[in-house]
Amino acid sequence: MRKFREFIIEKLVLLCGIASIFFVVLIFLFLLKEGFAVFKTVHPFAFLGGKSWYPISEPPRLGILPLILGSILVTVGAAIISIPIGVGCAIYIAEIAPKKTKEILKAGIELLAAIPSVVLGFIGMVTIVPLAKMLFHLPTGLTALSGSIMLAFMAMPTIVSIAEDALYSVPKTYKEGALAMGATHWQAIWRVMLRAASSGILAAVMLGIGRVIGETMAVMMITGNAAVIPHSFFAPVRTLTATIAAEMGEAVIGSEHYFALFAIGIVLFVISFGINVTADLFLHKRQ
Amino acid sequence: MVIFKIEKLNVRFGSVHALRDVSEEILEHEILTVIGPSNSGKSTLLRTLNRMNDLLPNLRITGTVELEGENIRRMDVEALRRRVGTVFALPLPLPLSIFDNVAYGPRMHGLRNKKKMAERVETALRQAYLWDEVKDRLHESAFKLSGGQQQRLCIARTLAVEPEVILFDEPCSGLDPISTAKVEDAMLKLKQRYTLVLVTNNVKQAARVGDRTAFFLNGELIEVDKTEKIFTVPRDNRTDDYIRGRFG
Repeated sequence: MRKFREFIIEKLVLLCGIASIFFVVLIFLFLLKEGFAVFKTVHPFAFLGGKSWYPISEPPRLGILPLILGSILVTVGAAIISIPIGVGCAIYIAEIAPKKTKEILKAGIELLAAIPSVVLGFIGMVTIVPLAKMLFHLPTGLTALSGSIMLAFMAMPTIVSIAEDALYSVPKTYKEGALAMGATHWQAIWRVMLRAASSGILAAVMLGIGRVIGETMAVMMITGNAAVIPHSFFAPVRTLTATIAAEMGEAVIGSEHYFALFAIGIVLFVISFGINVTADLFLHKRQ
Repeated sequence: MVIFKIEKLNVRFGSVHALRDVSEEILEHEILTVIGPSNSGKSTLLRTLNRMNDLLPNLRITGTVELEGENIRRMDVEALRRRVGTVFALPLPLPLSIFDNVAYGPRMHGLRNKKKMAERVETALRQAYLWDEVKDRLHESAFKLSGGQQQRLCIARTLAVEPEVILFDEPCSGLDPISTAKVEDAMLKLKQRYTLVLVTNNVKQAARVGDRTAFFLNGELIEVDKTEKIFTVPRDNRTDDYIRGRFG
């Protein structure tokens, strides 16, 4: 009887394990099937490198280069803002802050992570967007820059918590060794701690960027959504994610437009997958 | 010449009284070995000498420690640690090449000249008796060295900063007997140029390398004398019991 119960439980757990893989495979297959259909009419290179995205013109022009560049621009901007601040914050929490400040900061970071992205987008829309418009005398504040700033806030909690973890797990003896040679606290942090934690910090950065690339709601609200090749941070852009979210509702099922949106999904999937794998490699290198 | 002059030193961590009224002098070019069971305060003494204890919370220190007449509490802590280097129990090479491990300290203190750096690294490796074993592979990872070589690399790293005193905190506790012998050889030759303080759990090691030996028990300095005397005619029974292995 007991053996029978063991058997049932074992198989149930096995089923749960298989189920998750099974669903992933199903989703993946569906994405591939719908996405690859677009390549019957558009050559993959024309799709990836095409400079204009007019999905409902006749015939539709399906080039996603402006969208890819839009995503890259916003992501790079967000990375430039969030990496120094995030890593700096992690160093402060892990190494410098007194215990009480540390607790408060950590709680604050967790709170930041808990804010729904649509709320952040909304706040950005009424604060950063008019501010950017005023400061830089732009025709509109809905720009790549505004999106980058907002997304930086979203990447920050990921970067801070993982980087802090990486710094925390550097053996104490490394730091002592550096101090014993006459290093100042900052020299020990800069030359020993950061170097020893580098793979973990890189992983933190990659995961933060992964979050930015996949973010949809906030970017859709504050980047302006103009599907043109962006020439500066102060111009409106449209990202891959925002395109899918904005247009899926109105695309006719089975049309080229519809398939093209799925193909964008594949592109996004490949990018996120690449980033996650890189982050994973860094994390494993650390162990 | 007296290098360290310790007077009525008391160290407490919270409610733990780690060192009680310790007074002692450390002389130039000697190896002072410090023995005693665990929790006897010998590592605390070592960590007080270059203020590594400062990192610990709830620390209270009374009494004075002078390095060549200067109170170490009034010295700049980084300057103090440059003059008083430490070799830790476990060899801790940094994840860098052999050369860069040794060059680390000087580089940190602002040495930029490549030729001088190469000389400094070679001198340090020679003094640690590692040069002949590594001279052809200076740019390999330090992790490829054996445990004993790694520990001598750490000694070289400490020497490269050009300290006056080197504190050894159980430097051979993780090493096999052959590596231990090599590290001991290096220490015996180093005392011509430096002053060495060696904390060890290995009583035989103290007998082999120490000029003078200090015996600590429960935070008290029980006695300190020439090593031969401690090991042949100790004044205190507790010292006798410890070195004979009756407790420990």
